Amino acid sequence: MSLPTLAVWKFASCDGCQLTLLDCEDELLALAGRVRIASFTEASSEVLPGPYDVSLVEGSITTPADERRIREVREQSRVLVTIGACATSGGIQALRNFGDVAEFAASVYASPEFISTLGTSTPISAHVPVDFELRGCPIDRHQLLETLGAFLAGRKPDLPDTSVCTECKRRGLTCVTVADGTPCLGPVTHAGCGALCPAHNRGCFGCFGPMAKPNTAALLPILRTCGMDEAAVGRVFATFNAAAPDFAAVSRERRS
Amino acid sequence: MTARRLVVNAIARVEGEGALRLVVDDGRVHTAELNIYEPPRFFEALLRGRAWTEPPDITARICGICPVAYQTSACNALEAACGAELDGPLADLRRLLYCGEWISSHALHIHLLHAPDFLGYPDGIAMAAGHREAVERGLALKKTGNALLELIGGRAIHPVNVRVGGFYSVPSRADLAPMRERLLGALDQAREVVRWVSGFDFPDHEVGHDLLSAREPGRYPIDRGTVVTSTGAEFPAAEFPEHVVERQVPHSTALHASLDGRRYLTGPLARYSLNSALLGPVAREAAAEAGLGTECRNPFRSIVVRAVEVVYAVEEAIRLIDGYERPDRPAVEITPRAGTGHGVSEAPRGLLYHRYTLDEAGLVTAAAIVPPTSQNQAAIEDDLCRLAGTRLDLGDDALALFCERVIRNHDPCISCATHFLDLTVIRR
Repeated sequence: MSLPTLAVWKFASCDGCQLTLLDCEDELLALAGRVRIASFTEASSEVLPGPYDVSLVEGSITTPADERRIREVREQSRVLVTIGACATSGGIQALRNFGDVAEFAASVYASPEFISTLGTSTPISAHVPVDFELRGCPIDRHQLLETLGAFLAGRKPDLPDTSVCTECKRRGLTCVTVADGTPCLGPVTHAGCGALCPAHNRGCFGCFGPMAKPNTAALLPILRTCGMDEAAVGRVFATFNAAAPDFAAVSRERRS
Repeated sequence: MTARRLVVNAIARVEGEGALRLVVDDGRVHTAELNIYEPPRFFEALLRGRAWTEPPDITARICGICPVAYQTSACNALEAACGAELDGPLADLRRLLYCGEWISSHALHIHLLHAPDFLGYPDGIAMAAGHREAVERGLALKKTGNALLELIGGRAIHPVNVRVGGFYSVPSRADLAPMRERLLGALDQAREVVRWVSGFDFPDHEVGHDLLSAREPGRYPIDRGTVVTSTGAEFPAAEFPEHVVERQVPHSTALHASLDGRRYLTGPLARYSLNSALLGPVAREAAAEAGLGTECRNPFRSIVVRAVEVVYAVEEAIRLIDGYERPDRPAVEITPRAGTGHGVSEAPRGLLYHRYTLDEAGLVTAAAIVPPTSQNQAAIEDDLCRLAGTRLDLGDDALALFCERVIRNHDPCISCATHFLDLTVIRR
């Protein structure tokens, strides 16, 4: 029986999520024995023609060419999994959605007329059907392996959709908000990192994006009590998952 | 004029997307234009209006392979703007974190991206079929680098524990002790890597680019310093904009930089050639065994220089751990103020400059970032011009592969500014 094929695709991003695959140092060679890596240009010059059993898609859609390319990737892919904040919510570059991209281009480039870009940065699901979205900026290595293993086995990944708070409790960490008055997005942020920031005595800044049905309205007074003014509340929700609807709603209210 | 358009399924094994246009005139390469078509992400624009605390986390997202470089240059610039400087164990911890990134990033480039060029494989995974031990050793080194990043930074990609003024939490000596043991093993592995790569077959080529790197007193440059050049100039980070000027070229979304009006190179070759005397004893011995002189100007040998730098980063990390005392507090106190600050550090692929202007409330009013790839682009194009000229007898596919090697010598991180080398050769 031939091995299932895996393809990895990049759109607008920092490469960090696909690098997570290469960061599976202990599992990489074993994985390479279980799947045929058919297209992964960050790691290999060899590209096999599709269709592909599983495609991992990193990055957001920011150019007219990428709007077309993602449709080709979808047509070539039996299962399409997006990896990371850019691909699932537009990434940090989605801050342009709330500004004027022509002005952004003029402020960075002397001749913005040479720059081909869309006025928005949008997640993959805004363009094509997506089978599964893996959260994080960047994604977590263990969640990636679980997701890959699941789709290669033909099942759904077994991943939590609760909040970072549940991971914090499971680790036995003292709540940074309760103990120190540190502002923390843990109560509304999707689980997956293992409560990294609280473990380092820092409030969660929401890099895994909103959990399912987050109660942001309940969190806002706590953030204010912890010393954040309205502008700071707006900024913390407008970071790596700025265009995720539940976070965008909070930051949009605070934009002048 | 005959124009042939070759679409090659790579620049593979670089981070980002690029295309190359070669114009061959009367048997000589007339122009080489590397077109970086990574979609622009406008970081400098979206940093405006953010608080002084935010650039380290935000700019880390420019590059998943060297986030610590972005965090460190951002911290250096913002600390300069606020009149603060790290010293003692906090400065040592920042350098120790950066050593983790050097080990991890260089081990990745050497084993998974660059060595396959010398041994004739499409990638590191395929290379494992014939060189399993070397690939496993490389992955083990990379894992040690990542473990160091996770220990100090909380995460290997986009560390969470870095802040302007230091860290959110600092380890104890006991926390670092197991890492010291692991690094001792890595030191032997890193020396083996130098021996392995120094036996590769290197094309003869010497480049004449001016060189630029950071300089730190008494030690090899990593996390901060002044800026030095092969023309004898030395200046503080604050004078970087007076010497290095970026201009936009029509064929690329990455800007081109020049040093005092001239083409130049930053990265391992520049760093090594300007600072080899400052390496630690183990790295210096490894360099001598590998046949590197006090300087190295053959871009194909950059893989050997990277391997020597891994030895150095491991050696330095052990030294830093040995001298570490846990600081009383995890960060120095910073009071934001209106002003401009400049910061440099040595990303694995070259000097990375940041500049921020803050207002009285500590909000960013202007940001400028000059990544290594835009600094090196003119030098890479010059290499392509000269080197492709020696291989014009090759067929188009082989020529494209050779051009990719020339580009990968410089480990360009094109997402600084997406992966296909779309090569157009115009022969006339």
